[in-house]
Amino acid sequence: MSRFSTLLVANRGEIARRVFATARRMGLTTVAVYSDADADAAHVRDADRAVHIGPAAARESYLVPEKIIAAAREAGADAIHPGYGFLSENAAFAEAVIAAGLTWVGPPPAAIRAMGLKDAAKALMDKAGVPVTPGYLGDDQSPERLAAEAERIGFPVLIKAVAGGGGKGMRRVDRADDFLAGLGAAQREAKAAFGDDRVLLETYVTRPRHIEVQVFADTHGNAVHLFERDCSLQRRHQKVIEEAPAPGMDAATREAVTAAAVRAAKAVGYQGAGTVEFIADASEGLRPDRIWFMEMNTRLQVEHPVTEMVTGQDLVEWQLRVAAGEHLPLRQDEITLSGHAVEARLYAENPASGFLPSTGVLEHFRLPENVRVDSGVEEGGEVTPFYDPMIAKLIAHAPNRELALAALASACDAVEVFPVRTNAGFLTRCLEEPDFIAGDVDTGFIERRLEELVTTSEPSPAVLAGAAAAAMIAGDDSLSEQAPSPWRELAGFRLNAPPQQAVRLFLDGKAVMAEPSETAGSRSVLLTDENDIVVFEHGEAFRFTLAPDVSRAGEAGGDGQIRSPMPGKVTALSVEAGARVTKGQPLLVLEAMKMEHAMSAPFDGLVEEVSVSVGAQVSEGAVLVRLAAD
Amino acid sequence: MRKLQTAVDPGSPGFAANAKVNRALVEQLRERSAAAALGGPEESRKRHTGRGKLLPRERVMRLLDPGSPFLEVGQLAAFGLYGGEAPAAGVIAGVGRVSGREVMVVANDATVKGGAYFPMTVKKHLRAQEIASQNRLPCVYLVDSGGANLPHQAEVFPDRDHFGRIFFNQARMSAENIPQIACVMGSCTAGGAYVPAMSDETVIVRGQGTIFLGGPPLVKAATGEVISAEELGGADTHGRRSGVVDYVAENDEHALAIVRNIVANLNITKRVELDVAESRPPAYDPEELYGLVPADVRAPYDVREVIARIVDGSAFDEFKPLYGTTLVCGFARIWGYPIAILANNGVLFSESALKGAHFIELACKRKIPLVFLQNISGFMVGGKYEAGGIAKDGAKLVTAVASAEVPKFTVLIGGSFGAGNYGMCGRAYSPRFLWTWPNSRISVMGGEQAASVLATVRRDALEAKGETWPREDEDAFKAPIRQRYEEEGDPYFATARLWDDGVIDPAQTRDVLGLSISTSLNAPIPETRFGVFRM
Repeated sequence: MSRFSTLLVANRGEIARRVFATARRMGLTTVAVYSDADADAAHVRDADRAVHIGPAAARESYLVPEKIIAAAREAGADAIHPGYGFLSENAAFAEAVIAAGLTWVGPPPAAIRAMGLKDAAKALMDKAGVPVTPGYLGDDQSPERLAAEAERIGFPVLIKAVAGGGGKGMRRVDRADDFLAGLGAAQREAKAAFGDDRVLLETYVTRPRHIEVQVFADTHGNAVHLFERDCSLQRRHQKVIEEAPAPGMDAATREAVTAAAVRAAKAVGYQGAGTVEFIADASEGLRPDRIWFMEMNTRLQVEHPVTEMVTGQDLVEWQLRVAAGEHLPLRQDEITLSGHAVEARLYAENPASGFLPSTGVLEHFRLPENVRVDSGVEEGGEVTPFYDPMIAKLIAHAPNRELALAALASACDAVEVFPVRTNAGFLTRCLEEPDFIAGDVDTGFIERRLEELVTTSEPSPAVLAGAAAAAMIAGDDSLSEQAPSPWRELAGFRLNAPPQQAVRLFLDGKAVMAEPSETAGSRSVLLTDENDIVVFEHGEAFRFTLAPDVSRAGEAGGDGQIRSPMPGKVTALSVEAGARVTKGQPLLVLEAMKMEHAMSAPFDGLVEEVSVSVGAQVSEGAVLVRLAAD
Repeated sequence: MRKLQTAVDPGSPGFAANAKVNRALVEQLRERSAAAALGGPEESRKRHTGRGKLLPRERVMRLLDPGSPFLEVGQLAAFGLYGGEAPAAGVIAGVGRVSGREVMVVANDATVKGGAYFPMTVKKHLRAQEIASQNRLPCVYLVDSGGANLPHQAEVFPDRDHFGRIFFNQARMSAENIPQIACVMGSCTAGGAYVPAMSDETVIVRGQGTIFLGGPPLVKAATGEVISAEELGGADTHGRRSGVVDYVAENDEHALAIVRNIVANLNITKRVELDVAESRPPAYDPEELYGLVPADVRAPYDVREVIARIVDGSAFDEFKPLYGTTLVCGFARIWGYPIAILANNGVLFSESALKGAHFIELACKRKIPLVFLQNISGFMVGGKYEAGGIAKDGAKLVTAVASAEVPKFTVLIGGSFGAGNYGMCGRAYSPRFLWTWPNSRISVMGGEQAASVLATVRRDALEAKGETWPREDEDAFKAPIRQRYEEEGDPYFATARLWDDGVIDPAQTRDVLGLSISTSLNAPIPETRFGVFRM
């Protein structure tokens, strides 16, 4: 590989580490870039060199082309790999990299542009003979024409208002006989809602599945595919679990879709790694005539590892070889499928609270070792609010799908992260869904089962036993008598009665009784610095405390009456009755004994009454403000 | 160490017969303990919990570390007294672990007559303080009491070992840096107000705990001032204004969490200066005690069979095994702690007493805790023995027992009669703990002997006056005496009056002793100075 020797990765987290791993193996010098928030990040430590590129906010660091190119110059890099996300599909950036005389590890800027405009890309693909979703968007709005178009598209068909939104003026029609009635209704609704009764027609995909094909092209005109992936398990268009090959894929459909993907790549003069995404209607299984082009991603995908596992290829290596001007490492007929691979994306988020991101230090971070793990963080690292909260990918590969799913489920089950929350439990539950195991999926799979999938399982008796056993240690923080003692050994001893080994603990503030048993050792248990007990099971971290949380009780102002500590004068007032305040928020300033005393809220709550005004003289003990706790 | 051999045959009919009787006794003990543990009548318990208060036993359990043992003392205090209205004498006391340290917990039971102090309540509270003081255990008082029980005021208020002694003890213990911690979870009226006021650190529960010298009715009567209990002595009054309390809690559970923190901050260390070994269970099942201990307390048996079911690995190195054989002495371990055991194996003769005194000297010199297994009908009587100086030899044993400064532990495993009680470290000899088995009997002499002695005295008097005393009259004379000794020698009669720290299940003896010994090690073991041994 003579064209470049030092590779800068314009990215962070797991993808930066992933690219570094291959680059290092290929003898390249590696360069990381990092923002303020990532100064101690794992990807920085992984690289041979690292260049600081600005503040935490991505738009001031990772998204600034000039800073990346300047960093490349500073570190002596002669090639740039963009990873995914950030600047990876930014044609202008690609051009700037090339203009700077550096090697761009990615497709030609023109190909990025061509695929970047989704509608134009569709038209382009249609022209190139790639099947696109049938539809009609024409000026001829005569019912006869629309009916004919509907017939051509095939039923069921969706009538949508051109000016539409929010489901208004939308009708699904299942049979030709019903078309005119449905059209009339849609037009009337559209007219009423938008003052415009024009409609468009689309094929209605009853059971949509997301199928994508990995393609690769070199600078010598060769293009191949590396089979398909299925990414139907999504939540709000976010892929959750991806696999290769697609379940239920038959030879004919595979042939059709992979050939279409290679055609698509060739149509735009593609080079490097790309993914052609298709939507399939799986209501009657996968069929060659019910799968249509959606868009092309002109970069390496997050889910590329599943393809690597089933083909035995290193796609980053392929990228680097293509960028170096080499031929594709394999001919199409040399690329084979072996077994089944599944990937789960581990996010720092809390499924139980609407998947809100969860940030903080990863005090405890243990990932299973029996599957492939592409991780962006390490124990002791921090998940910051500035970037995508994906912290790792777990990839299982097995001779068949059933075994791969089981391996991945048990891997997700074994994830131990605390105190940052993750979706590991959610992933485990997805992977154990019987319908998913049966391969009966579509893109609405998760939404339909969201309630049960986000519901954390109750801790098992083994979890409670583990917590109880740990509680017996946690309650005793004295190191001065560590000698063996019946006071330690005789758990729950009671005079003239059986031992009382049940321990009262609080799980998320709720009292539970837990009793140690032989199963106590079967779950991993963590004792925190605060003497809380964390037991891991099914990817969840159950946090038990020895005492209920009464943090605010008993403090000054515990009753909500903010009193004057001494005689003085109110010099500033920053709240009024009815205001919401958070703990520590300043309420007023009192001047007394030539000193200013800031009085602040002792807890979160509502200001019920402000009894004084600015300038008021108050006596010691006078009630200044009354708060009601939340 | 030598492992004791056993002659007990669990398949024998005698074993089965004994086991039946002893198991029934244990069953009765468990029932009585469980009943006492409930506290006051159901409706007062309901009223108590209805106010958001935890029951006192629940308070104790939540105060203790998860899984902590609780070595309760005076579990059956006041049993059968006060018309049965004072289960456990209305106060829970015992040793448990809080934040890894052994503490004495004393918790008033407001469901028992408002937590008011009966005479036995006072006695139990003072006994708990005595245990705390001897063993240097921080005291946690979970206060919820209306003060002295007024109908019994004469037996509660003025004497040395009455109510006032509680505060005397608090001051003295505080002076010795045995921390005194009060948690006010209910009323603390009049004298009771001094419990928190005299404590080193005090917690109060808002809206629940009150402390005042005179309650609202008394204030109104005395000065005409109308004031609510909360305003007079509630959390805000004492937490913000008077400074009588140091911490205000929102509820019982919060208050107990604060107490746990207070204990965690005491800077207390327990220095065990014994040669502790790995604990091993006995080689013989302790439950075999039920079958080997005779149903009839007068029936002889080898006390080594008991030792073999109490000590680590049933290993026992006997001292002077060939001399003074009615007192078995030897070294063993319980829960890894080295101990020196004295156990009766018959009437005490001069030789037995001399051997016992010698053995106690050894234990004191080496600072090994003493364990007395008491099953004693007394010292031998008769011309030969008096002439042989059994009185002075017995006195040597009593002197040794009384002088010994090593921790002493006594278990009444059978009879405890006469001066044998003294020589074997009865209550008057301040063992750190004294436990009894449900089959035990305690009195100055056996009922039969007492009746015979009194009958003989009477017969002699009658015959001196030339009268005769028909056999049937003598029997009628003896019957009520026997009856009375029977009642008063009953272990429940004893434990109700706090002559001991509790009746225990024999099978728990090893664990009770282990906890007792470990508790005692919170205090350093002082040098012993013996009194004059009459030679």
